Amino acid sequence: MSSSSATDRRLGIVGAGKMGTTVARAAMSAGYDVALSGSGPPERIALIVDVLAPGARAVTADEVVGSAGIIILALPIHRFRELPQDLFAGKILVDAMNYWEDIDGVDEELATAPLGTSVVVQQRFSSARVVKSLNHLGYYDFEEIRRPTGVVGRIAIAAAGDDRAAVAAVLQLIDRLGFDAVDAGRLEAGLALQPDGPVFGVRHGAGELSELLWAEASSA
Amino acid sequence: MTPESKGRDVNPEDIEFGLDTFVYASVDESGRAVDGDIVIRNTVEEAVLADSVGIDSFNIAEHYRPEMMDSAGHVMLAAIAGRTERIRLGTAVTVLSTQDPVRVYTNFATLDAVSNGRAQLIVGRGSLTESFPLFGFDLADYEELFEEKLDLLTRLLRDQPVTWSGTFRPPLTNQYLSPPLPEGHLPTWVGVGGSPQSVIRAARYGLPLMLAVIGGPARRFAPLVDLYKRALDAYGHAPLPIGMHSHGFVARTDDEAVAIQWPYWADIFEGAAAERGWARPTMERFQAEIADGSLYLGSPETVATKIAAVIRQLGLSRFDWAYATGRVPHEQRMATIELYGREVVPRVRELLAEPPAEPASSSAPATTDVGAASVQQ
Ligand SMILES: NC(=O)c1ccc[n+]([C@@H]2O[C@H](COP(=O)([O-])OP(=O)(O)OC[C@H]3O[C@@H](n4cnc5c(N)ncnc54)[C@H](OP(=O)(O)O)[C@@H]3O)[C@@H](O)[C@H]2O)c1
Repeated sequence: MSSSSATDRRLGIVGAGKMGTTVARAAMSAGYDVALSGSGPPERIALIVDVLAPGARAVTADEVVGSAGIIILALPIHRFRELPQDLFAGKILVDAMNYWEDIDGVDEELATAPLGTSVVVQQRFSSARVVKSLNHLGYYDFEEIRRPTGVVGRIAIAAAGDDRAAVAAVLQLIDRLGFDAVDAGRLEAGLALQPDGPVFGVRHGAGELSELLWAEASSA
Repeated sequence: MTPESKGRDVNPEDIEFGLDTFVYASVDESGRAVDGDIVIRNTVEEAVLADSVGIDSFNIAEHYRPEMMDSAGHVMLAAIAGRTERIRLGTAVTVLSTQDPVRVYTNFATLDAVSNGRAQLIVGRGSLTESFPLFGFDLADYEELFEEKLDLLTRLLRDQPVTWSGTFRPPLTNQYLSPPLPEGHLPTWVGVGGSPQSVIRAARYGLPLMLAVIGGPARRFAPLVDLYKRALDAYGHAPLPIGMHSHGFVARTDDEAVAIQWPYWADIFEGAAAERGWARPTMERFQAEIADGSLYLGSPETVATKIAAVIRQLGLSRFDWAYATGRVPHEQRMATIELYGREVVPRVRELLAEPPAEPASSSAPATTDVGAASVQQ
């Protein structure tokens, strides 16, 4: 069941670090039921989840996948190949991972990916519906600058993916997390959201973000 | 959300005020590059001054980069030991993942001996990672390397002779290392940059926690302080000290501090933007870091007020101030140390001795941020 209907407020997150726990908090305050997993057994992240994302559940990766139609990848990208290739079959998989040589070491495939790292992630998880998103702001931004829908000066987050229904579901998630949502187009447009890209690490409103992405797309 | 991170009582006299330096290759007052060997001797002078103005510790980072001269901080610390009596001598941070813990032990146990018990360590990763390729390690093994090396180091510090085996260095059998350390010497802190897993690890080893806050407001770290306390408790350890490291600069007035530090700060971040894809520095961001972020910069009163507030907010027992970021000339570094030791630190102690002001609108207690966020939508 990969329902992402307007009433579905369930979210799975793989990775219970800075990013995973922060997104979990934001999602819970938007009324989501959140399940998180780390690389080991749930007990290893139980205290972290209890203190940093109280109310969320610490479970196994399989249980995360079973818990929701939308799953966020919030683990270091140099470790994504540890996950089974068919783990996310049919799921909307939000790739929030960035490749940073300073964190991930040298990885030729990721460093040179001409269509962006999310395309590499989609190739590996070929049965999942990959959407690149939630990667271009610092984790703490999810805490400090999210605002309810309609508030002036709201910051925007973009999503890129080939499965348009999956993108629509992620755009809705972004809005509920407290940000204006910008459709960046196809998955390879996610290249523009990566480190070194024109929007990475800077807070923009929706208009500005769309313009920057549009300028990037037309110069490519 | 535990209430105690609102600011527990800290005895102002017991707080350690440290200085941290990356030993930046500086320029002179006319803007010309100063030779690296001179930079190193200048840094020794800075530490001697720090000692004479009452600063509690002097801590040197570890990098292997053209713009920083801190590749062998322990050698500098030994030189400083010979010229000072009181100041503690440490690292900020020792990149333990790419060092041999046996060598770290012998270097710093020896420093402890020559300095008559003044050596200390912070181990962690630092935000730059050039030591990995340099020493033949794979950054992707970071977690495993740090875990294994911290395990060996704590064994060497706590229970020699050590019998140990791991995957990154040959095993040890009934190994004694000289010189022996007197009980309680060489306090070793774990530096963390926000990762909850690293906080849990520090607690698991029963080591004090050093928070590196190098961007944004420190209140973000309040939940990690709670996590650390809960984890210490879960592992059966007594409460341990929590410290924090941030950058800054102090001058006679706020404007003067901004004017001196800005070009060098911008220079560093221009480099990082080009090299690492970070956002380019702007005066707006610099000002935001000063107003409500990780820069403790301004007049002595401005800086003291901000430090006292964060010490209260997070319940800190140690505050390490990375004085003067980038190529700031030696003369200005000396001036900032002098002001920090003579005016800022005494003023912080004075402010902390006063009863805490009832939460004014500007200083909301740390944990309510998380709470407020959760009712916001
Ligand atoms: N930090 C940010 O500001 C930010 C912003 C946007 C995007 N991101 C991206 O988000 C991802 C996580 O970053 P972070 O800063 O949160 O890192 P982090 O604090 O180091 O956390 C990484 C988490 O991933 C988990 N993990 C590692 N291997 C795993 C596996 N095989 N299966 C499941 N979980 C695994 C770790 O769990 P264990 O401890 O159990 O191994 C840990 O909980 C990265 O790809 C990063 O690029 C980060």
